[in-house]
Amino acid sequence: MVLKPTPTAIASALRQFQTSTKLAASAYQSTAPSSAYSTKPGANGNYTVTLIPGDGIGPEIAESVKSIFSAAKAPIQWEEVDVTPTLVNGKTAIPADAIASVKKNTVALKGPLATPIGKGHVSLNLTLRRTFGLFANVRPCVSIKGYKTAYDDVNTVLIRENTEGEYSGIEHELVPGVVQSIKLITYQASERVARYAFHYASEHGRNKVTAVHKATVMKMSDGMFLEACRNVAKDYPNVVYDEDLLDRVCLRVVQDPTPYADTVMVMPNLYGDILSDMCAGLIGGLGLTPSGNIGKDASIFEAVHGSAPDIAGKGLANPTALLLSSLMMLRHMNLFKHADNIENAIFKTIADGKAITGDLGGKASTSQYTEGIISRIK
Amino acid sequence: MFRTALKSSTGVLAQASARTSVPFAVRAASNLAGSPVTGAGRDNVPTKYGGTYTVTLIPGDGIGAEVADSVKEIFTSLNVPVEWEQYNVSGETHGDEAEFKRAMESLKRNKVGLKGILYTPIDGHNSWNVAMRQSLDIYANVVVCKTLDGVPTRHDGVDFAIIRENTEGEYAGLEHQSYPGVVENLKVMTRVKAERIARFAFDYALKNGRKKVTCVHKANIMKLGDGLFLNTCTEVAKEYAASGIAFDSMIVDNTSMQMVSKPQQFDTIVCPNLYGNILSNIGAALVGGPGIVPGASLGREIALFEPGCRHVAADIAGKNVANPSAMILSSSMLLRHLGLNKQANSIASAVYKVIKDGKFKTRDIKGTTSTTDFTKAIIEQL
Repeated sequence: MVLKPTPTAIASALRQFQTSTKLAASAYQSTAPSSAYSTKPGANGNYTVTLIPGDGIGPEIAESVKSIFSAAKAPIQWEEVDVTPTLVNGKTAIPADAIASVKKNTVALKGPLATPIGKGHVSLNLTLRRTFGLFANVRPCVSIKGYKTAYDDVNTVLIRENTEGEYSGIEHELVPGVVQSIKLITYQASERVARYAFHYASEHGRNKVTAVHKATVMKMSDGMFLEACRNVAKDYPNVVYDEDLLDRVCLRVVQDPTPYADTVMVMPNLYGDILSDMCAGLIGGLGLTPSGNIGKDASIFEAVHGSAPDIAGKGLANPTALLLSSLMMLRHMNLFKHADNIENAIFKTIADGKAITGDLGGKASTSQYTEGIISRIK
Repeated sequence: MFRTALKSSTGVLAQASARTSVPFAVRAASNLAGSPVTGAGRDNVPTKYGGTYTVTLIPGDGIGAEVADSVKEIFTSLNVPVEWEQYNVSGETHGDEAEFKRAMESLKRNKVGLKGILYTPIDGHNSWNVAMRQSLDIYANVVVCKTLDGVPTRHDGVDFAIIRENTEGEYAGLEHQSYPGVVENLKVMTRVKAERIARFAFDYALKNGRKKVTCVHKANIMKLGDGLFLNTCTEVAKEYAASGIAFDSMIVDNTSMQMVSKPQQFDTIVCPNLYGNILSNIGAALVGGPGIVPGASLGREIALFEPGCRHVAADIAGKNVANPSAMILSSSMLLRHLGLNKQANSIASAVYKVIKDGKFKTRDIKGTTSTTDFTKAIIEQL
């Protein structure tokens, strides 16, 4: 049984913690204000973006995005790369030209990837995250009119710390039957994701950031996450900052998500993982939820659903999640007008209900759905 | 074979394992405040003196005092043979630590208690709710989420139980700053505790007529920690296969997504501490909120009954608008634990009836009735 420390020990530990985080606040201030897009367009006015179609239904849904982008005259030029991994010295590696392309363009759109099984590969998503230092996962969930769920007015944005926390991978067995897993929280990573959350809030017209935590129980680790958020909040006087307990947020979002429509929630890794999928559940699942992975050197936007090998190549796949991810990408690149235009066309097509794919309750093929969207682009 | 392996390890482990493998006696019940798996008839039966049971009462912070008053009134009007030993502990003031300790002593003496939720400051003392569960070793938290007639919800036909490990995992409280700006938080998982909560969950399922136990985990990431939990549950499941209790497992992020979209698929969930906290809140939200979901934290010796979805609800405290149903239904579970089935059933059915009739509804279920009027309505139904 775990013995509780005495009150004096707690008080002294807290004092120590408070002094040291103050030190850390100045020592670990990140230099970059955010991971804002700053790449310039080419001579023809187009921005080059790396496209990773992915496996399974990936190529079909990527094709849909490409045709919709050209119909909407989005100033994007695609650079298609293959990321089929190879094992180099027993470690999973993605082809060098794919890495070079993403690094050069700083933005990529990615379809679902299937991690090869049984060849000693680590997850490709993890490899990409490490290769490009993708520290923040952005997960907006918006109710889609025409696709009825138990919730009508969902409009949440969640930003998840993506590099540490419970996913540090540091675990060991002390004695048989006793395992210790380490949740690692650093001021640096917390500050970095908090800063991005505030940047995102001010860029996207949401004037509030809510830090989601369990610092009542995890006083030092989640406490440090909060400390970082509070410090960054001082640099954004126009953005309201508040904090909420993890369990309270779960309860309140599921009861009524509407009060969360004006805020950007930011949180450590595991909470973000669970809550982002929970919010996706509110609007109808992963087929309708986009996602963006923000890094210092590059940002990758992707559909978080699987590669659906069972329907691959049959022209039945629903490209909505990848499409919505591509809109996040356009907004990340400050191409708001094009994003709005395509978004309206998507929502009208789904609300109309005549040309929607099977998973949304319709009978249309991927290309009929794509045509439906293109016909509604202004 | 699994249990033998445990017993052959160190003496402490073997002893603990032997203790956890004792089957629990349980009363069958099919309503919301279903019978928890308690050891009534064994060494944890509270003593009855002069025909009355002494029960520790900790109203807690926020709405605690109001909803505890409801319970007290109901018990009085029904002449329930329970004498309260009340401790007005508050987590908001540090000076209450002495009172908190007296409450713990009382619980150890009485072996049964009813409790509201204690506030926990971020910068201040550790959670007393957690400290209580750890030092009294009330390791199994039971929360039943079931749609009630008369409560407006988005989903119909929800009926699942969450069995949450209450004493270790992320709540171990072991943290340190290894270097300025770098904090390590240790999540400790042990086979002994995983096994006893798994057994508890299967026993609960068996005794309460449930069909399936789902282990919720994140073993794809925490391969050792949650892996141990999942593997242990899988092993225990084999012993219950013959009793017709099915077993499966689900990753926690997928579980939370499934729970808000297709909650009807869940039956009995067993999970480590933190996931239990998350899922019980999602579950409570599905069926109408913290005001109606009862719960219990149970150990070998002590049984503590408290609302299943633990919120202080400071925003509505003192306004006489709180829904006392969660606390009342928890007290009904308490009576069942004491073997006072008649009174337990009378109280639970009065609560269900009042909620179903819809004439008296508190604010959380879209009504305007005050806490006191709602309580009166229940008393009239007894």
